[in-house]
Amino acid sequence: MIRVILPQHLRTLAHAGSELTLEVEGPVTQRSVLDALEARYPMLRGTIRDHVTQQRRPFLRFFACEEDLSHEPPDAPLPDAVASGKEPLLIIGAIAGG
Amino acid sequence: MSKVRVLVGTRKGAFVLTSDGKREKWEVSGPHFAGWEMYHVKGSPADPNRLYASQSSGWFGQIIQRSDDGGKTWHQPGTPPGESPAPGPPRAESNKFVYDTSDESGKPLTTHQWYDGTQHPWEFKRVWHLEPSLTDPDTVYAGVEDAALFRSTDGGQNWKELSGLRGHGTGPKWQPGAGGMCLHTIILDPGNPQRIYIAISAAGAFRTDDGGKTWKPINHGLHSQYIPDPHAEVGHCVHHVAMNPSRPGVLFMQKHWDVMRSNDAGDSWQEISGNLPTDFGFVIDVHAHEPETIYVVPIKSDSEHFVPDGKLRVYRSRTGGNEWEALTNGLPQSNCYVNVLRDAMAVDSLDKCGVYFGTSGGQVYASADAGDSWAPIVRDLPAVLSVEVQTLS
Repeated sequence: MIRVILPQHLRTLAHAGSELTLEVEGPVTQRSVLDALEARYPMLRGTIRDHVTQQRRPFLRFFACEEDLSHEPPDAPLPDAVASGKEPLLIIGAIAGG
Repeated sequence: MSKVRVLVGTRKGAFVLTSDGKREKWEVSGPHFAGWEMYHVKGSPADPNRLYASQSSGWFGQIIQRSDDGGKTWHQPGTPPGESPAPGPPRAESNKFVYDTSDESGKPLTTHQWYDGTQHPWEFKRVWHLEPSLTDPDTVYAGVEDAALFRSTDGGQNWKELSGLRGHGTGPKWQPGAGGMCLHTIILDPGNPQRIYIAISAAGAFRTDDGGKTWKPINHGLHSQYIPDPHAEVGHCVHHVAMNPSRPGVLFMQKHWDVMRSNDAGDSWQEISGNLPTDFGFVIDVHAHEPETIYVVPIKSDSEHFVPDGKLRVYRSRTGGNEWEALTNGLPQSNCYVNVLRDAMAVDSLDKCGVYFGTSGGQVYASADAGDSWAPIVRDLPAVLSVEVQTLS
């Protein structure tokens, strides 16, 4: 069970609460978690990563276990604590524009 | 009894303002999509309960919202609210705007001019304008930044570019205005379903006569000092174009500077700025019943985007241009420094014609007597990006 915390505007779009739980098959990576997230909440497609390039949108960041994972490769394993469900993956809106 | 519904897009959400035909007392609902930039909200002429909204954010990108009950409830097309999410591929991708680079379409040009004159790839940023079909509630056009025209025929669930516009061949000469390189005006000809007008900042106006397959620039007569050839075929910063449906061949344009008119479907333009205090501005609109009565809101200059002399004045011409009168009754005439953006004026079709506009200061003003007098419907919304009106029977 993977835990994901979304920024408020995406919670509203997904009609979801502050923390989501997802089942992810196979290796737990940014890509596999986002694939599972978008499969369950298709209204979030395009809001976190680009529809075509699958690149992270520039004003979003990925944090977990007090680390910034935004620039890690999308297929790199996420920390064990995220894979085990002990810690959530945080999707954060960059603090830009006040 | 007639009703009026005013659809307001702001920097921080959308608002729906409703009144009866007297247009004196208003109900305000919103903010819808609080915190998001709502560039445009517009209703279908074929089904007034069908509304489309462009919701966007620098963080999360573009969302399309749709209402099927006149704005009471909204959903992303293809993703109805309240339906339990299920794993699997989405049934629709209502926010997927992907430029057409297919072999079938001839791989339309993929670069345009950047601010410094170099070439820059097309990058989708947001939807500026949504124009529902005059006859089919499920067909809607989207004008986007970077400039291109998309169409959905399934109620906004899926979008396809009308790539003949970018494939026209002048794309490398198009350039962004201060607000970005946006396709902001879409006008559907009520007498000829094959004819569509669009306008782009800063490329100019274009027309198709074959339903969007091919396009021609319609900028002959425009004069712009800020491009190397002031009379060039493209490159003009057209801010808005308006048409009265009873005379589809007559167009009125507010350009970066200059107010213009065409009597031949855009094939040629003549300046009608006349006695305006400044001919810079963004909005222009036409009276619903008097096709020679037009409205603009002059703005001081391209470097000072607010009304001149601290006075908010709508200017009306009853002669199709050149002779203008200031309309001030009910509008602030001192210490006012707001702007009125290109999609932020609209008219209803009641008798007398109602005129509405929204300001960068968050006021939405209404006139129930064709501009003779004005009163604010609301005063303190976020900065207004767009105003549309539906006249409901």
